[in-house]
Amino acid sequence: MTMKNTTIDHHLTDALLMAYAAGALPEAFNLTVAAHISMCDECRARLGAFECVGGAVLEQAEAVPMSEGSLGATLARIREGGPAEAPRTPRPADGVLPAPLHEYVGGDLDVVRWRPVGMGVKQAILPTSSEATARLLYIPAGAAVPDHGHRGTELTLVLQGAFVDETDRFGPGDIEIADEEMDHMPVADIGADCICLAATDASLRFRGIGPRLAQPFLRI
Amino acid sequence: MATVECALSPPPGLHGKGAGREAVTCGATSDLMEKTENDDWVACMTAIRDAQDEAAFARLFGHFAPRVKAFLMRSGADATLAEECAQEAMATLWNKAHLFDPARASVATWVFTIARNRRIDALRRQKRPEPEDLPWGPEPERDQAEALALQQETDQLGVALAQLPEKQRDLIEKAYFGDLTHSEIAEQTGLPLGTIKSRIRLALDRLRHAMK
Repeated sequence: MTMKNTTIDHHLTDALLMAYAAGALPEAFNLTVAAHISMCDECRARLGAFECVGGAVLEQAEAVPMSEGSLGATLARIREGGPAEAPRTPRPADGVLPAPLHEYVGGDLDVVRWRPVGMGVKQAILPTSSEATARLLYIPAGAAVPDHGHRGTELTLVLQGAFVDETDRFGPGDIEIADEEMDHMPVADIGADCICLAATDASLRFRGIGPRLAQPFLRI
Repeated sequence: MATVECALSPPPGLHGKGAGREAVTCGATSDLMEKTENDDWVACMTAIRDAQDEAAFARLFGHFAPRVKAFLMRSGADATLAEECAQEAMATLWNKAHLFDPARASVATWVFTIARNRRIDALRRQKRPEPEDLPWGPEPERDQAEALALQQETDQLGVALAQLPEKQRDLIEKAYFGDLTHSEIAEQTGLPLGTIKSRIRLALDRLRHAMK
């Protein structure tokens, strides 16, 4: 049950946490932030602080009177039961995917429908709103994701294994936040196959001609 | 794209922990009143959870529903939609009363998260992925003192927010009303968030320990 990993070194930025608390992120980023927080109590606590600011903003907002009879209408709504909340799917204790991802995939890694994208790398695009895309990446041990730059922001959360790029090593629970200035070539650690969740709000720019041609198929 | 980083850097006199404490002392008089109010809201939540107490709900409704409505209108909803969403948000508060943990959030904070999710659902028509739930642990009422301390930190944060220079406060409000994108939101808020983070972290550590 406890996914808490005490060795997480790479965390969310304050700006991303505040934007998540405020509800200002595209769905694919929300998913990635929620998945990281599921694995990281430090960021869960930081999120709590940013949500607390939201509470203070709400508390200090100038109230707008509710319509007449609104309390009665709300109580009636409660008595009717209203639309039932879909219960969260229980996550198996030995699963790799944290609960929010589990919900998007409809299970754990065994039900992911991988599509090969070349050089042994596989991906599965997750259904989110179109302002940003989220996909699971499967990188065989020792293999590389093509060298790429970014137009927007790219978040990469490690779920299993590890990858190394020009900046550092990223293990389970670690999140890398890449922006326009960064060109990098993540390489999966030799020890094990690496599975990541990657979200981006713009298409990636690959360096070589090969990957550029592949881009329409990759849908990234 | 214009960022608001400079404007959100801490104002003079609000650097570091000492300044945060100073801000709190200034608000000490109104603090006392707020504290009892917050405790009241927590008691109302417990009464709803344990006894489906409609009178307790009416009190929470009277205070929070008009604020949720205002929040939604500031976020771009018209009065009709805001009214509808505020009613739904308050119904959610009732239905999820068993998930409220006073050691990790004040009632205002919790209402805010419900209103925010309602806004994403109604205005952007999107799902909101949430982190994995953490249960309360084996002892729901595990530590009154812990909850009280959290409520106090929350009040102090409210005071600090009210005391920010207008321009800076305005930017924070804009962010929470959904008017800024994540790249327009800056790293610095000028608010003393370290203590409240540590408090929540402590509650999480105890919870993790209890779950083992």
